[in-house]
Amino acid sequence: MSNYVELYNLSKVYPTPKGDAVIVKNFNLNIQKGEFVTLIGHSGCGKSTVLSMLAGLNEISDGGIILAGRELSGAGPDRGVVFQSPSLLPWMTAYENVMLGVEQVFFTASKLERQEIVEYYLTVVGLGDAMHKKPAELSQGMRQRVGIARAFALKPKMLLLDEPFGMLDSLTRYELQQVLIELWRKNKITALMVTHDVDEALFLSDRIVCMTDGPAAEVGEIMEVNFPRPRERKAVMEHPDYYKLREQLIEFLEVRAHRKPASPVLSAPPEPATIFVPV
Amino acid sequence: MAYLELNNVSKDFGGTPVLKDINLSVEKGEFVAIVGFSGAGKTTLISLIAGLLKPSAGSLKLNDLEITEPGPDRGIVFQNYSLLPWLSVFENIQLAVEAVNPNWTPEKRQEHVEKYIAMVNLTPARDKKPGELSGGMRQRVSVARALAMDPQILLLDEPLSALDALTRATLQDEISRIREESKKTVVLITNDPDEGIYLADRIIPLTAGPNATLGPSFKVEIPRPRDRKSINHDAHFKQLRREIVEFMLGSKQDRHTAITKKLILPDIEPEDLNIPRTMTSWRKTPIRKHELKEESVEVKP
Repeated sequence: MSNYVELYNLSKVYPTPKGDAVIVKNFNLNIQKGEFVTLIGHSGCGKSTVLSMLAGLNEISDGGIILAGRELSGAGPDRGVVFQSPSLLPWMTAYENVMLGVEQVFFTASKLERQEIVEYYLTVVGLGDAMHKKPAELSQGMRQRVGIARAFALKPKMLLLDEPFGMLDSLTRYELQQVLIELWRKNKITALMVTHDVDEALFLSDRIVCMTDGPAAEVGEIMEVNFPRPRERKAVMEHPDYYKLREQLIEFLEVRAHRKPASPVLSAPPEPATIFVPV
Repeated sequence: MAYLELNNVSKDFGGTPVLKDINLSVEKGEFVAIVGFSGAGKTTLISLIAGLLKPSAGSLKLNDLEITEPGPDRGIVFQNYSLLPWLSVFENIQLAVEAVNPNWTPEKRQEHVEKYIAMVNLTPARDKKPGELSGGMRQRVSVARALAMDPQILLLDEPLSALDALTRATLQDEISRIREESKKTVVLITNDPDEGIYLADRIIPLTAGPNATLGPSFKVEIPRPRDRKSINHDAHFKQLRREIVEFMLGSKQDRHTAITKKLILPDIEPEDLNIPRTMTSWRKTPIRKHELKEESVEVKP
């Protein structure tokens, strides 16, 4: 099977006294194994809803999701999630926070092996010296590093990132994007990220999926990002296509996101609506 | 002699060095942006200029006078607005105007305050309390208060960092417009290189602390008024953006000598928790792909 992750006719409807509020409608997307895909769109367009359905944290109203040949139901450690706020347990150290999940999925491994896993991931995210500190003693950026380590340490089949750097200042954001992409490259984990930061999307992704405005958000356009990997900030920003793609994305967000594409037929095959490939 | 002069200014707190050998000269009417990481000492730097802190070494001069204490010649806009919660928009601004111009008649004072409320487009909210305003509106009050004192220099300490992207863009445009109208000298502290490029005449990076110091200054030669959208096509903008981001990220990396540390990552597979544990109980060890993976990692303390 070629598609590692399949989202088919995915919909989210909330019943309200005034009738159904359709948040996401017939969302179709296929992701290959090892691919890094980003969902971009305005606040409130429903991109986080798609991600949380994939994470199993939000019920699916219609359609479904297949991950590695199995239909998803509920949350599980096979999908590692990095939230916008790192959501660490405040009474536990960074080490204990990461160990919590590791103990669950590596229960057959030895204690030493579990320790090695936690230490490895906390060190590569740059917390080698701070792993025994509590979240309150860490800066916002360091906490988010713990969040990244925690997600990778579970060796998930898929990584879900919900505006992972939204709360950080732009320079710290650049640093953490580098940390993330290094880990992602080494582990070859399939990833889906939600963001509204155009630079972040371009630097990290293989493909950027632009979502139209909600309600009833769907896939607007899909952009292929072909910068060579491994990526370096400098090389990416110097790439002749960089600003062209950046403009296309900004233009989409400013103009086309507000326009509704023709409503797709319900039985439409799970194909992206439009593809534009950089020349 | 420049308008604002900092000569070899250093600051430490109880022996912990924060800023070291800061040299800065700002000309009259110039808009300078200082870009730096969180925790680098940006706020310390602006507090020194404001006179809220005293330098450990070096001197600061504004208009050829030594800066020794805070004064109405320097208007400050803080990141957290710092408005008095029990006073309305009008009263907050009036308080500052009254302190600076005690001899004015009430009519003149009122007219003056109204003018600045109008300048930041807050006339409809003039009698509201800060608690009834959004973050963006509160920051406008703060800007109006600083300007109403008619300071010689405006110090903006990450004024827009706490706001969402859209409000930030609107307020950036507003700061840009107000600055064009008032022709004030401005020092802006920010952590967003894009914001600096969009607003300033000159950008100076502050290297990562401790012992943070100012890097080379980058002149922004993009004609005004600047347009957010078309600036993207500007080759100079792209180059500046790249150079500043590179300098900032580089400055942080140079700070620490990396130590190589050997780490072991067991190459084992996680268990499928959907399968009841009793079924896997016959297997006591995880699925192992290869032998241990050893890796040398550069660690930066």
